[in-house]
Amino acid sequence: MGLQAVFFYLFAFVAVASAFMVISARNPVHSVLFLILTFFNSAGLFLLTGAEFLAMILLVVYVGAVAVLFLFVVMMLDVDFTQLRSGVLEYAPIGALVGLILAAELIIVLGGATFAPEIAGSGAMAIPPLTERQNTQALGDVLYTDFIYFFQIAGLILLVAMIGAIVLTLRQRDNVKRQDIAAQVARGPANSIEVVKVKPGQGV
Amino acid sequence: MTAELLLQSIQLSMPEIILAVGAMALLMVGVFSGERSTSMVTGLAVGVLIIAGLWLLLVTGTGSAFGGAFLADPFAKFMKVLILIGSITAMVMSVGQAREERINRFEFPVLIVLATLGMMLMVSANSMIALYLALELQSLALYVVAAINRDSVRSTEAGLKYFVLGALSSGMLLYGASLIYGFTGHTGFQEIAAVLAADERSLGLVFGLVFVLAGLAFKISAVPFHMWTPDVYEGAPTAVTAFFAAAPKVAAMAMLTRIVIEAFEPITPDWQQIIVFVSIASMILGAFAAIGQRNIKRLMAYSSIGHMGYALVGLAAGTQAGVSGVALYMLIYMVMTLGTFACILAMRKKEEGNVEEIDDLAGLASTHPFMAMMLTILMFSLAGIPPLAGFFAKYFVFVAAIEAELYALAVIGVLASCVGAYYYLRIIKIMWFDEATESFVPASGELKLVYGIAGIFTLGYLFIGGPIGAAAQAAAASFF
Repeated sequence: MGLQAVFFYLFAFVAVASAFMVISARNPVHSVLFLILTFFNSAGLFLLTGAEFLAMILLVVYVGAVAVLFLFVVMMLDVDFTQLRSGVLEYAPIGALVGLILAAELIIVLGGATFAPEIAGSGAMAIPPLTERQNTQALGDVLYTDFIYFFQIAGLILLVAMIGAIVLTLRQRDNVKRQDIAAQVARGPANSIEVVKVKPGQGV
Repeated sequence: MTAELLLQSIQLSMPEIILAVGAMALLMVGVFSGERSTSMVTGLAVGVLIIAGLWLLLVTGTGSAFGGAFLADPFAKFMKVLILIGSITAMVMSVGQAREERINRFEFPVLIVLATLGMMLMVSANSMIALYLALELQSLALYVVAAINRDSVRSTEAGLKYFVLGALSSGMLLYGASLIYGFTGHTGFQEIAAVLAADERSLGLVFGLVFVLAGLAFKISAVPFHMWTPDVYEGAPTAVTAFFAAAPKVAAMAMLTRIVIEAFEPITPDWQQIIVFVSIASMILGAFAAIGQRNIKRLMAYSSIGHMGYALVGLAAGTQAGVSGVALYMLIYMVMTLGTFACILAMRKKEEGNVEEIDDLAGLASTHPFMAMMLTILMFSLAGIPPLAGFFAKYFVFVAAIEAELYALAVIGVLASCVGAYYYLRIIKIMWFDEATESFVPASGELKLVYGIAGIFTLGYLFIGGPIGAAAQAAAASFF
């Protein structure tokens, strides 16, 4: 218990601190890097609660893909972040109010069983202990066995979206020069050098 | 789900699997053989649809699959056959226009196959999640197809308008579905019906019902959710409009029928009044708004709004006769619509290309007697004049409404149908009695075939109606 508590407070503290740095860092690139640090610590928290699959997915998807995408966007777009951030303090009270409401909701949801003991255990399904059933297996069962039909249709919808985006936006341009490796390799002195006799005073 | 159950599910949904795998294979064929492969991909797509249809008719049994999310019953089979016929015909009709205009891309047939797959899943959907996913699959493919002529401002506008309003209606449907799930605790139709039969119905559930019906009314373009229809019909390429007017309407109507008859059967009075209102509003708007139209595609849009109103008359009855009337109405509506659009696609002038004004039909009887004859039959049938097919379609839904004691609905329906006859008859008058202007170029073989078959079917329905009516009744019997 002791070791687990130490790690919990470590991960939780770093996660909250780096989340704060995400919104307060001056340089947007630093913001994204702090976001990645937040993801790492959240993954650590997931590991502590025994959700090892979610922890790995968080790293692979968020750190590996989403954060890198953010970095690209931040570096490609020329946005003046200091100007964007100029009015932040004006809206701080509203933000605090929204945060307060969210906190209250979280307390009601998580502490609901304290107020009304009869709702305890009325969730969709009890969580079996880790030794009986692993996260990965449980998720796999839900996605690929119980709801395989919905999963497959969702896949087809994404396929249609992809086809649609390509059909409506891809244009074959005529004047684009592409590398043709075969043509490059086949090129020799015979068909690329021309010997011209230049008469004096006339140029080529 | 055990392996045995999964195998059984796969067997029941084999036609859909054929379409899904076929669409992906066609995509590969198209990508690897380049832009010039359009005609080959179109041919193969028609082949895939035919194989799925044959499998559906000859092999597939009945039952429920995938834990009750997918239902294969006689009603679904009837509607799926209609959808497949509609898609195949629309695809065959599109070949000519695709070649002339800039929509001959191999993705077009692939998207049509995927939309057809979505429609077949809609018809079989037996839970809220399956319904929503199938609807999105179909709609997303249709949004893209509407804007397929991306160099035309009107086509892209049609696609964008359809997409924005369609997304809104999907949102309403989802909101309603989540309310229904919240107040019944189930997403499956049978389970919802069981909860509704056991408990007192709550106000929240009625809210959910209204939202779901609003979302579905959008998909069948019933008043007051019809605003997108004329613009999308006019803006999309005519071949695409022909597709829009036929198969998706059949699928959405079948889905609406299944959800109200199966899931909301215990609260029939609640949905009945909504359907009655939507039906009356659609019939009246379809009859009056079409009068002033000069563009034949817009006219057909209002005509289809009106016809959805008539089909809903049968659904409002909520009886077995009513549902069989709806099934029959959708069949006859689809044949008439496809035939009419084949004629519209044949309205080609040498220099201007495709024309869409009603006045362009002037003197058609002297220049193209066969096409004028068939279009006249189809217009008489759309107006509901006996002994053509359109009359029987209306007759059965009105009889069902009267048997269910919805007298006001039936009377308003007959009156609206009289008003609606005016604009169909005006087209006939323009064709037969007005002076001919520049003649159309001769229609291509496939268009002639489509409007010929549609005209002969409508004319001879009196003789072939027996077995078709029996099939519709057998389809409706699966609910009761």
